[in-house]
Amino acid sequence: PLSCPEVAPAPRNRFRALRAEEVQQQIIRDTFHLVLKRDDHICNFLECGSLFGGSDYKLIYRHYATLYFVFCVDSSESELGILDLIQVFVETLDKCFENVCELDLIFHMDKVHHILQEMVIGGMVLETNMNEIVAQVEAQGKLEKAEGGLSAAPSRAVSAVKNINLPEIPRNINIGDINIKVPNLSQFM
Amino acid sequence: MEAVNLLSSNRYTEKQIGYLFISVLVNSNSELIRLINNAIKNDLASRNPTFMGLALHCIANVGSREMAEAFAGEIPKILVAGDTMDSVKQSAALCLLRLYRTSPDLVPMGDWTSRVVHLLNDQHLGVVTAATSLITTLAQKNPEEFKTSVSLAVSRLSRIVTSASTDLQDYTYYFVPAPWLSVKLLRLLQCYPPPEDPAVRGRLTECLETILNKAQEPPKSKKVQHSNAKNAVLFEAISLIIHHDSEPNLLVRACNQLGQFLQHRETNLRYLALESMCTLASSEFSHEAVKTHIETVINALKTERDVSVRQRAVDLLYAMCDRSNAQQIVAEMLNYLETADYSIREEIVLKVAILAEKYAVDYTWYVDTILNLIRIAGDYVSEEVWYRVIQIVINRDDVQGYAAKTVFEALQAPACHENLVKVGGYILGEFGNLIAGDPRSSPLIQFNLLHSKFHLCSVPTRALLLSTYIKFVNLFPEIKTTIQDVLRSDSQLKNADVELQQRAVEYLRLSTIASTDILATVLEEMPPFPERESSILAKLKKKKGPGTVTDLEEIKKERSSDMNGSAEPASVNASVVSTPSPSADLLGLGAAPVTNSAPPPSSSGSLLVDVFSDSASAVAPLAPGSDDNFARFVCKNNGVLFENQLLQIGLKSEFRQNLGRMFIFYGNKTSTQFLNFTPTVICSDDLQSSLNLQTKPVDPTVDGGAQVQQVVNIECVSDFMEAPVLNIQFRYGGTFQNLSVKLPITLNKFFQPTEMSSQDFFQRWKQLSNPKQEVQNIFKAKHPMDAEITKAKIIGFGSALLEEVDPNPANFVGAGIIHTKTTQIGCLLRLEPNLQAQMYRLTLRTSKEAVSQRLCELLSEQF
Repeated sequence: PLSCPEVAPAPRNRFRALRAEEVQQQIIRDTFHLVLKRDDHICNFLECGSLFGGSDYKLIYRHYATLYFVFCVDSSESELGILDLIQVFVETLDKCFENVCELDLIFHMDKVHHILQEMVIGGMVLETNMNEIVAQVEAQGKLEKAEGGLSAAPSRAVSAVKNINLPEIPRNINIGDINIKVPNLSQFM
Repeated sequence: MEAVNLLSSNRYTEKQIGYLFISVLVNSNSELIRLINNAIKNDLASRNPTFMGLALHCIANVGSREMAEAFAGEIPKILVAGDTMDSVKQSAALCLLRLYRTSPDLVPMGDWTSRVVHLLNDQHLGVVTAATSLITTLAQKNPEEFKTSVSLAVSRLSRIVTSASTDLQDYTYYFVPAPWLSVKLLRLLQCYPPPEDPAVRGRLTECLETILNKAQEPPKSKKVQHSNAKNAVLFEAISLIIHHDSEPNLLVRACNQLGQFLQHRETNLRYLALESMCTLASSEFSHEAVKTHIETVINALKTERDVSVRQRAVDLLYAMCDRSNAQQIVAEMLNYLETADYSIREEIVLKVAILAEKYAVDYTWYVDTILNLIRIAGDYVSEEVWYRVIQIVINRDDVQGYAAKTVFEALQAPACHENLVKVGGYILGEFGNLIAGDPRSSPLIQFNLLHSKFHLCSVPTRALLLSTYIKFVNLFPEIKTTIQDVLRSDSQLKNADVELQQRAVEYLRLSTIASTDILATVLEEMPPFPERESSILAKLKKKKGPGTVTDLEEIKKERSSDMNGSAEPASVNASVVSTPSPSADLLGLGAAPVTNSAPPPSSSGSLLVDVFSDSASAVAPLAPGSDDNFARFVCKNNGVLFENQLLQIGLKSEFRQNLGRMFIFYGNKTSTQFLNFTPTVICSDDLQSSLNLQTKPVDPTVDGGAQVQQVVNIECVSDFMEAPVLNIQFRYGGTFQNLSVKLPITLNKFFQPTEMSSQDFFQRWKQLSNPKQEVQNIFKAKHPMDAEITKAKIIGFGSALLEEVDPNPANFVGAGIIHTKTTQIGCLLRLEPNLQAQMYRLTLRTSKEAVSQRLCELLSEQF
């Protein structure tokens, strides 16, 4: 198991932080080009050993309107199982956002992350039951509300991000009012 | 720092942002990670499921070695504690799996393992799914400890498969009961052979049948999700059936099911069906059944729009090929090659070349196929392929004339690929005389034809052509002057390229001064090449499977075969001009087989110097004939290793498991004292890590007629290829003596024989069916084919000789275990003599590719 980038107009992805920033960006670009030129009637699996330096990996993707959801998995997962997992992910997003669209994903990255975190942990499938996932996410939402959102946190969060001068920090972190948007940046999984 | 503070906060929102930050932005080897360990520890101990969940996620996501060091002991406790919440258990199981994958050595096995197995019975299906993932990975490394999971997994699977889909409520996905869990359970069962308990076995068979039956039922929903989930389970069930490879009935059903999928309108299913069928083709029960689908597969190759699917179809054709359909399949592959995607052309070329060679009954067909291959996809024909065709043509008298005629015709084409020129040049140089009788291909025409291509070729090809010309001088004295004129021309003699210039000068000289007798000896036809594993196969293997441990071995092999194959200009010239060796190997194709470890390069030029100098630093090159002696010791332990006028070296050795002791006796055959007598055992760097040798120095003076003894204690740490070298230096009279012999410490010495029944043998044989685990060699008998001697040799080799195992009583079957300090490697071997052809076929299957390879090399030399 590895990672799950969605390639949307602005591609975003999550995967192991072990790889250097440029390599990650390169992989995302390559993946994007590979997937984009495939039409709808050919199969959803793509062998991409060369991309990741191991022939064991496959890209498995699904295409929803303007969004591509791409997972990269090793041979320990069932291909069709992963296709279904993508479906579960999308249906879950749909439930949590009520009619999900790209903008939801871009403006609520944190929430998308939480949903994904309930499904996948350390690159391995954690939960596939949609109701369970939704319940967990809602429980977290409630906790958040009970604590009054991030009202107390923004200043600290902002300074936290500002104060780290780690070399690998991605270039464009936009800090909005509350949301930390992280488009185009690499994350681990 | 703020992130660490946030992380330590008691407020959920702040903690969660802190964790998100760490997970997303911090590199796993950052300093920061160490600072948060404490906070994570607190959260794990907090008993607050949300906090524990966050902490576990963070550990799993970072997954570094430091994390494993800090928490690998803690997480199993959380996992099996009775009061842990289900969601936390799930996270804990996967978190542990992640740590195990990064640092398996840090995850302690212990009491918790048996309790983890019982999680398979857990109420909560999410927990079961997570636990199954964990157990599957653990069981691959420690099959014994998790053996009990088989029966639990079977009963769990059976409950899921037979339940009405509503029973599992939330875990039913589009009418399919718990598809992910079913897949995981079937994966887990693939870590083990078929269950021995008949009840469990029966239940499993029932499950698999039910799954196959369900595939035939009308779908409960038109949604693609429904069929996806159902088929995910079905494919996994088929994988398990193939893995067990024991129920012919199920295998054939699986094959039929896949056959249906081959024509399904979903591309994904066609892709997966081709993939599964590929593994199915290697099972003896279903090979025939798979072959019935050949037309469909060929059709897929022609019509499929997706390159990944076509690639699978090629793989499957390759897997289902046998003698009966080879011609058809090779023809189809060649057809496809003309339109194939550039990315997979080289692989197809290799596959065609291998199939053509492997199943060639008629070698003219083989030659045609390869020439076609060069015509269609010359750029993708690697050196290995065209080297191989030359090797085969040279080794088989019956095709030489045909080959010469065919290449001659092929070269007539106005534009032909450089690889064709190479093959043509080589073959005409050797066998051009066979077609010279025909006025249409008279010597001069042959020469002009080749020379017309000369100027369009690269330097290496031109060098080859020059060699062809000098061979022509010998074959066709009548065109000698024409060739000499060409060689004398300024463009040759004053060529800017040193190699070409040197060849031209030397060949010209050779043709002028040497008598016809010398020319005939120097430029004689090439002797047959020693049979060895096709280097093409090695190359294909390398293309297919990088990323494994055996990779290094393979690359090494690749390199050495490259060395064998590449045209080494310097040595060619030396052998042609300075030492008229009986076989001028123009290409270096027939260089020593891979096994002969070359003498250390430093010494290769110092042979003469050593005789006169007293410096005892350089190591002598291997004594002549030592290879023959070495081979004799493969199947025996005692005897004379080396003898000349001065010195005799005798050996006595014994081996048990991975240890051994060797007594070396040095006998002074003269009446004069040897002074400064220093024998040293030298291991190459590679060898040092896998073989421990301890020796004591011996007395530096050896009286005339006396014998001294030296003991070598041997420990085999891991499997190894080369043999150590024994170097001996001493002064005799006034001269310094320096000689080296290979010490016959070979991998097979650490064999322990294993007796087993026919049934056991074939079951194990099948388990080692991965193509990398098998090495096969077909070779001509060097000694009379006597069954009793062969038996003695197999026993001497170290394996048990199993009687009445092979259905054919003429065949020999052996089994044993190679003991090394680090591992034990099970080995099975089968030797099939063919009295009529005076050939043997030797097949080795072991769990390790390098071992199969080495044992096969060693044993092949014995018959």
